[in-house]
Amino acid sequence: MRAIGTLAHRLAILAYIAFALFPLFWLVKVSVTPNDLLYSEGIRLWPSRTTFEHFRFVLAHSDFPLFFRNSLIVSLATAFVATALAGFAGYALSRFAFRGKLTVSGLLLVTQMFPLVMLVAPIFKLLSPLGLTNSLTGLVVVYVAFNVPFACFLMQSFFDGIPRDLEEAAMIDGASRFGAFRQIILPLTLPGIAATVGFVFTAAWSEMIFALMLISSNEKATFPVGLLSFVSKFSVDFGQMMAAGVLALIPACLFFLLIQRYLVQGLTAGAVKG
Amino acid sequence: MTPAPRRPFLQRLGDRAEPWLYSAPALIVIAAVMLVPLVVGISYAFRDVQILNPFSGGFVGLDHFRALAGDKAFRVALVNTFWWTVLTVLIQLLFGLVLALLLDTPFRGRGIAQALVFLPWAVPTFLTGLNWAWLFNPTIGPLPHWLHALGLLAEPSNILSDPNLALWGPITAAVWWGIPFFAITLLAALQSIPSDLYEAAAIDGANPFQRFWSITLPFLAPVIAITVLLRTVWVANFTDLIIVMTGGGPADRTQTVASYIFTQAFKRLDFGYASAISLVLLFLLLAYALLILLLRQRLIDRDK
Repeated sequence: MRAIGTLAHRLAILAYIAFALFPLFWLVKVSVTPNDLLYSEGIRLWPSRTTFEHFRFVLAHSDFPLFFRNSLIVSLATAFVATALAGFAGYALSRFAFRGKLTVSGLLLVTQMFPLVMLVAPIFKLLSPLGLTNSLTGLVVVYVAFNVPFACFLMQSFFDGIPRDLEEAAMIDGASRFGAFRQIILPLTLPGIAATVGFVFTAAWSEMIFALMLISSNEKATFPVGLLSFVSKFSVDFGQMMAAGVLALIPACLFFLLIQRYLVQGLTAGAVKG
Repeated sequence: MTPAPRRPFLQRLGDRAEPWLYSAPALIVIAAVMLVPLVVGISYAFRDVQILNPFSGGFVGLDHFRALAGDKAFRVALVNTFWWTVLTVLIQLLFGLVLALLLDTPFRGRGIAQALVFLPWAVPTFLTGLNWAWLFNPTIGPLPHWLHALGLLAEPSNILSDPNLALWGPITAAVWWGIPFFAITLLAALQSIPSDLYEAAAIDGANPFQRFWSITLPFLAPVIAITVLLRTVWVANFTDLIIVMTGGGPADRTQTVASYIFTQAFKRLDFGYASAISLVLLFLLLAYALLILLLRQRLIDRDK
């Protein structure tokens, strides 16, 4: 009876793993299938011949390396700026009891709840006279604002995990609060900072709605914008599309490995953040 | 006894200002990029703002809302939003809960299994959408052929172009992508249940179902409630998969209120109308939040 229960448990786990990995497996499979086999062996689990031709073409003869670079710049800049701002604000929320604290937390929470899509039109109109449409800087500004609230909660939870006595002792020894923050608290929070950078990077790397709206030229396109326009233009080049898709997957998976330990903290801090 | 010396004014001001100095940069960015556009957007709802029309910009009062009342696509979008949100959240919850229970039992290789089943969460949503659109495409994907073999489809066709089935495409992708969120949250809650409760129950001879029913579920109930309530708002606003997979089509059958806003702003460049729809969506979400607060109050009052 117990053996049957254990077997059922393992089978159920395997079923979940298969469901989670199958779409990604299929993506990789089509990306290495030669064009002449694409239709004749359409639903075979693995093609009889494989090729890296699609990857070679995408890397050498398409704009995808450019899109990749743009996305990398935007996501890294967003991740570092948002984490820096959130580090300070999260510290204030964690260490000070001040009038208006509840309002600040409430404001941060509300920004996580309301539909960002309703800001698409006004943000476009407000950024356009500033020259921030069709610009990577503009995207970074927008993404920083969208990710700061969630990053604040995350950083606050990391600061909460560090005993107050540490900086109080340093302040008694004559350090200013900022000095104690910089020299004692920040080094201890480094893993938390890395996790926050990872979360924000992943979010910025995935963002599509505002990139579609704000970016209008190929030179400034981030990966989702480039991939979607490629899909609508060359909708039959499945091998190349999926090879590009695999490229988009790589940095996201790397960061996932980095932040995996902090998933629980991240998801509960954001509470509503995907 | 002498009164404690009052510290100099400047120092007190400094102490008062300190937390604000730390939080100011974050707050300023949020105010500039979220609050200002929010207010401006609300004003657009009463103006004629079309990017392609240089003579637009005038005040039109409630014209957009009158148009909205007679807009059939909008009514369809309201109904779709309901089904999209309810089905996505419930199926995610069901699969997420089962996965959390499976992962709560220790077994060899749990760490790896956990990393693998949580991986979909890290996949960018635009790629999730494209990936599932390809899986549903009969020329390149296996799903239509499998569904046909199982007798669920009369012929191996693309459900994304079938008006009656299309919404299931984005729902499937959303479930695949969102199961980890529920599983992770519920797993954390499961692991916070004190294990001596289970031990005591086992000594009393309770079977696994009794233990689940009288220990696990009551412990999980508040976490499930909060997660579902918050997730409902998030899923209702979540448009990426719909925009990538169907663009709201065929014939608006997968259009939700949020994706309709994007369509109006991005494809038609009618910012005024898009903002009017946004205002309705905001109002609906506020009503939902209010309803939840009232329900909560009722439950608290009843417990007293």
